[in-house]
This record gives sequence, structure tokens and C-alpha cells, in this order.
Amino acid sequence: MTREAAVTDGAATAVPERGDSLVEVRDLKVHFPITRGILFDRVVGHVKAVDGVDLTIPRGRTYGLVGESGCGKSTLGRAILRLTRPTSGTVVFDGIELTGLPADRMRAMRRRMQMIFQDPMSSLDPRQNVESILIEGLQAHGIGADRAARRKLITRTLDAVGLPTWALSRYPHEFSGGQRQRIGIARALVLGPDLIVADEPVSALDVSVQAQVINLLDELQEELGLTYLVIAHDLAVVRHISDVVGVMYLGTLVEEAPSDRLYSQPLHPYTRALMSAVPVPDPDVEDRRERILLAGDLPSPANPPTGCRFHTRCPWAQPTRCPDERPELRTIGASRVACHWAERIASGELRRHEVTAQLVRPEDAGDTPGTLATPSEPGSFV
Amino acid sequence: MALLEVEELSVTFRQRGRRTVRAVDGVSFSVDAGEVVGLVGESGCGKSVTSLAIMGLLPRQAGVTVEGRADFDGTDLLRVDRRTMRDIRGRDIAMIFQDPLSSLNPVLPIGRQVTEVLARHRGLSGEAARREAAELLDRVGIPDPTRRLREYPHQLSGGMRQRALIAIAVACRPRLLIADEPTTALDVTIQAQILELLKELVRDSGTALIMITHDLGVVAGMCDTVNVLYAGRVVETARRRPLFTEPRHPYTVGLLNSIPRLDGGRGERLSPIPGSVRDVLPWADGCAFAPRCSRQVPSCVGGPPALVLTHTDRSYRCVNPVPPAAGPATPADSGTAPAPTAGGSAAGETRTTAVPAAREEESA
Repeated sequence: MTREAAVTDGAATAVPERGDSLVEVRDLKVHFPITRGILFDRVVGHVKAVDGVDLTIPRGRTYGLVGESGCGKSTLGRAILRLTRPTSGTVVFDGIELTGLPADRMRAMRRRMQMIFQDPMSSLDPRQNVESILIEGLQAHGIGADRAARRKLITRTLDAVGLPTWALSRYPHEFSGGQRQRIGIARALVLGPDLIVADEPVSALDVSVQAQVINLLDELQEELGLTYLVIAHDLAVVRHISDVVGVMYLGTLVEEAPSDRLYSQPLHPYTRALMSAVPVPDPDVEDRRERILLAGDLPSPANPPTGCRFHTRCPWAQPTRCPDERPELRTIGASRVACHWAERIASGELRRHEVTAQLVRPEDAGDTPGTLATPSEPGSFV
Repeated sequence: MALLEVEELSVTFRQRGRRTVRAVDGVSFSVDAGEVVGLVGESGCGKSVTSLAIMGLLPRQAGVTVEGRADFDGTDLLRVDRRTMRDIRGRDIAMIFQDPLSSLNPVLPIGRQVTEVLARHRGLSGEAARREAAELLDRVGIPDPTRRLREYPHQLSGGMRQRALIAIAVACRPRLLIADEPTTALDVTIQAQILELLKELVRDSGTALIMITHDLGVVAGMCDTVNVLYAGRVVETARRRPLFTEPRHPYTVGLLNSIPRLDGGRGERLSPIPGSVRDVLPWADGCAFAPRCSRQVPSCVGGPPALVLTHTDRSYRCVNPVPPAAGPATPADSGTAPAPTAGGSAAGETRTTAVPAAREEESA
């Protein structure tokens, strides 16, 4: 498929040097306050959505973030773009620290970092036609000298995402799900970004259309040297498109590994369980494989377990260290793992044991009907 | 004899001022006692409407036409009166829906919702019903069941709600369980728990299960027989293993080739099916998949493709099927070398334009 490569002008499209990093995240925390009270909001606790994440996204590569719902992966993505303000920690984008940047400079920086959302129907304005959707960003950032120049730019972008020119005058509801996601990608692409954060880019699409969008993202990366941060719950999709995958559990990274190693040699018990839970469309594999069933549900991020956050569900949990000492990300081989016993689990020295499920309340659900949820943190009261 | 025998089931929705939609178009399949049967397809393929029709849950109003037969142990479910159907539903056939929060009543405690079924079908009441309900919750793996009985759906997590729903469904030991995307709303680790639970229930109680899903991975792990649906028709029926090792219908092959596999390598290009489900023929006859098919031949549009039956419980609707040797490993990359198989009368000719091509915009 031949396409004109450079959709944009400027240095953004220069072939990237493999190896250097575009985004560096250091000890990023996003805590949302839980407030109570009628007249004065009293802070009674915090939901620790993201609780100290370190990661580096290499330029021109794809970093995949996986985890179950509520693990903080979307919040992390939004905090990197400063769409949600981080509580503490730093995000360095191409040598510029974003966390301290004044609002107007931040807005200018946003041209270089764009986002693709999960549900294309709700992230596109139903009253705007495609041309207006695409031209809005260009106008906001003052790209393109006049209408004709902008028009040229958006036609080229449409072509790059595989939509015909007549789409410009149409409205979002006239397109199928896959096409809408293409419009969403075009909207991100038209500004010529370096980084695209894709939050569940294909999970709202049908299986046969998913592959079209995945391939499109792949092609665009090859042509334009884009850097992706792909956030998704579908491990197979993430592993397919990512170079490096980070696995999140309750606001922290538990393992980070090259995507091939993640399946062949998962080191963290949670990664192992996750890998074994994903169904593979092959009866032979399904029959052969050993499932590690996790007991219970994800604990509430308002009241995470002490020590290793996974120890309440971990089939390898040990009586020492796990309940009281929070594991750091350690480098083992090509991976980084936050587990005290990773080596001894890998060598088979430690065996799995039974875990009894602990009942986990969904957020907002109190202990007894009629009362509000109370985060059971020391010092909190209602 | 089969427990459930669905024959030529068709469901049509007519509405004034709207295009008539034939959501299910001559679907036939059978379920044996204790068997797990999968109905697989993308959104809009008619898999949910099929299950609703079998359960008699489609609105009985003008404009909704249900035709065909659904023989359940000698009774045609499509023709019984409402009273009999109410007796069958919940007792002999039970259903689990996708979203447990919207299928549980938010203002009633879990216990009431479980005992309701026990009272209606098994005549249990009071302490006996409560004890039985607690036992059921325990059986589906809900910790501390007696306390859970007094709680409301919003107090349980998604996985626990789905377990509660399963408890209600299996309360009367139904002979047939219909699960409509039971794990789609859940996380993978919870999905694994629920699937394991369903497998156990089927194994222990001999209940037959109709598993409606879009996830071929779930099918590979659970189903004995698989029906692949496309645009309201069953396009391929096969036992589990042959379906994955030797898919014959181009749509099945396309589906298998378009999903990224967890154990696959990074960077292998997927081969998606061009177009989208909305691409249908502008006329009623002919194979609905033809506009997206890479193996289309002129005879695809003559009339509805006949069901080709092969030996060993296998059938497909295709005039130019994928040759048996070509599994998903060697995808049907083009229609240039179709094998002269039975039924493929015009197999020698390649891609003439009798069939409208998939719409440009999605043929990435």
C-alpha cells in the first residue's frame, strides 16, 4: 500500500533514533480525594488510582499498558498528558518537564501528544461533520496558513487513515464503528503528534474490524515514526502491537517486559495468572494449558492491601515480607518485576497454594444497606 | 434424540417507515443433553435474538414475526401458550445475561431474587428456601452466603453479581442453560473464574449449555459443537477441534486470521476481513458474506447458498469453501486458486464483478 508518508511538516516526522526515550515518568502519583459533608467537603481518604509509577517510553516504539478495570491504567495515561493533574511525580516529554509547565505552554505542547479514545461514538461530536472535527485542532494550534492549506492537510490525513475524501462532509453517525475509530485516529494524527495515547482503541469494535484498526495503527507507526502508549485490557491485542508491556495492578506496575517475554516467561504471579486466564482460540492450547485461577476480586484502590498489593490474591504469597514490605521494581533479565520472590518462583522452589477468596466491595457500596461507603483508613470517620 | 432441536428459525422485525429486518434467517441447530453448544458471531449476527426467541422473550406484538420450530423435549417452544412457557422458563431452561447489574433487580435483596425461583418452581418457602438459596450461593463460589442473601446487587462486585445470576439460573437444575455473553462485561481473571464455574456446573449436573459469544478463545476452551453465525444465518457448524484446525467457510477462516493470539509473535500482520458487518447485498438472495469474501464467485449471488453437509457432523453454507487442507495457517489470501470442490460450479473463474466489492473506505 503506497501512501504519502509525511502527513505533517516539521521535525515530528523525522525518522527517530531508536533507543532514546520520548517520555519518562518518575514516581507518578494520582490520588483522588474522597470527600464527605454537605457544606464543607471534608477529605476522608484518597483513592490511590496511580501510586508511584516509573516508566520510560522509547521513541518510535509502542508501550502497552494492561491491567484489569480499576487498576489505574487510564488514569496513568491521562496523567501523562496532564489531562488529569498528577498529585506528585514528574513526566518528562522529549526533555521538557510537563508537570510544572504553565497552562499556555502546556496547551501548545498538546499538539505533540494526542489521544485516541475507546468509544468513537461518544468522543466525536455528533453535530460536527468530519471536516469540522479535523479542522478544529488545526485552528486551535494555528497550523496551516489558510483554508486551502488546512484542507490539503486534512485530505492527506484522511487518506492516511483510509477514509475517502467524501467523508469530509459527513457526520459521525453515518459511519460504522471501525470508520468512526478511523476518524478519531485522523483527528489525533492531523496535528502531527510525536506521541499518541490510545485508550482501549479497539475494544468497542467487532473482531473482524479490530484487526483493520490494529493494522492501521501499525502502518502509521512505520510511516510516521509515531510513539504509542496503548492502554487496553485485552492482553492479546496489547501484546500484538507493543514492544514493551507494563502490567498494572492497583495503581502500580508489577511487571514490565518485552512483549515476547511476557508470554514465554512471565515472572510476576499476577502476570502469570493474567496470561493463563486469557482464552486462546486454539483447542489444543486450551486443553493443555494450566490455568491459575485467582481467588476473589480486585481490592478497592481506596484501601489497598499493605505490603505487596497482590498478596491477598497471590497463590505464591509467603508469610514473610509479602504482607508488610512493598516490593520495588527490580530488574531480572530483560524484565522489571515487583515481587520479592520472583526468582524463587521462576525456579520452581516456591509452590502454589490455595487462596480463599476475600469479599471485595464495589466502590460506593457500604457494609450495610443504607449507609455510605466508608474508607477504612486510620483517622477516617463519617 | 436431541434435547433442543431448532429448525429453520426466522425472526423478522417490521416497523412502519423502516426497513424490514430479518434478524434471524433460517437458523437450525441442535443441542444434546449435557452438550455445550456455541453460537459465535459478531454484533448483529442474530445470536442474541435466536436465544430470546427460544426463551419466548421477544415482545409478542405486531411486527415481530417468529417462524420455524424449536423442539425442546417434544414441545415446540415457539407455539406453547404463555402459562406453559412460564413453567418451562426457569425450571427447564434458564438464561444468564451479559450484564448482571441490569438483569438483577436493584431494589430487592439477592436472597429474595434467588428464593423467588425456588418458590415459583420448587414450592419451597421460608427457612427451607433460605437454606437452599444459601447453598446455591455457596455452590457458585460466593463467600459468606448467608450474609450475602440479605444484600443488594449494588453491594456485590461484577464477578459476584454474575455468580449470583448463575445461582438463580441453576436453582432448579435446568436441563438447558443459555448463557448470552456471560463474561463480556468482566475482567479476564474474573472471566476465567466464571467460565470455570460454568464448566463445573455442566460437568456435574449434566446440564446442556448454549454459549453465545463473540470470543473464539472462549469457544475453543468450552464448546463441544460450534455454530458460526453471520447476518442471521448459520454459516458453519462443526465440532470444536475441526472448526479450528480445518475451517471451511471463508468467514470462519477470516475470523480466525483476524484475531491477535496471545501466543503469537509480535508484529505479525493480522489479515482482517475487509469491510464491516453493515456491508450486505442490496438484494435479499445470495450469501450475505459475499461483499467481504475473498473467495467470492458469481454463483454467490444467485440464491441463498445451500447447506453443504459433509461427513462427521459438519456443515457449511458456501459455494466456494476453503479447501480442507488450508487451515488458518495458510489463509485464503485470494480467490485466484480456488479448489474445484463440490458445489463450486464456477470455481475456475476468479472474482468477476457480479458481487459488489466491499466498500472502499474500510478495505484497509
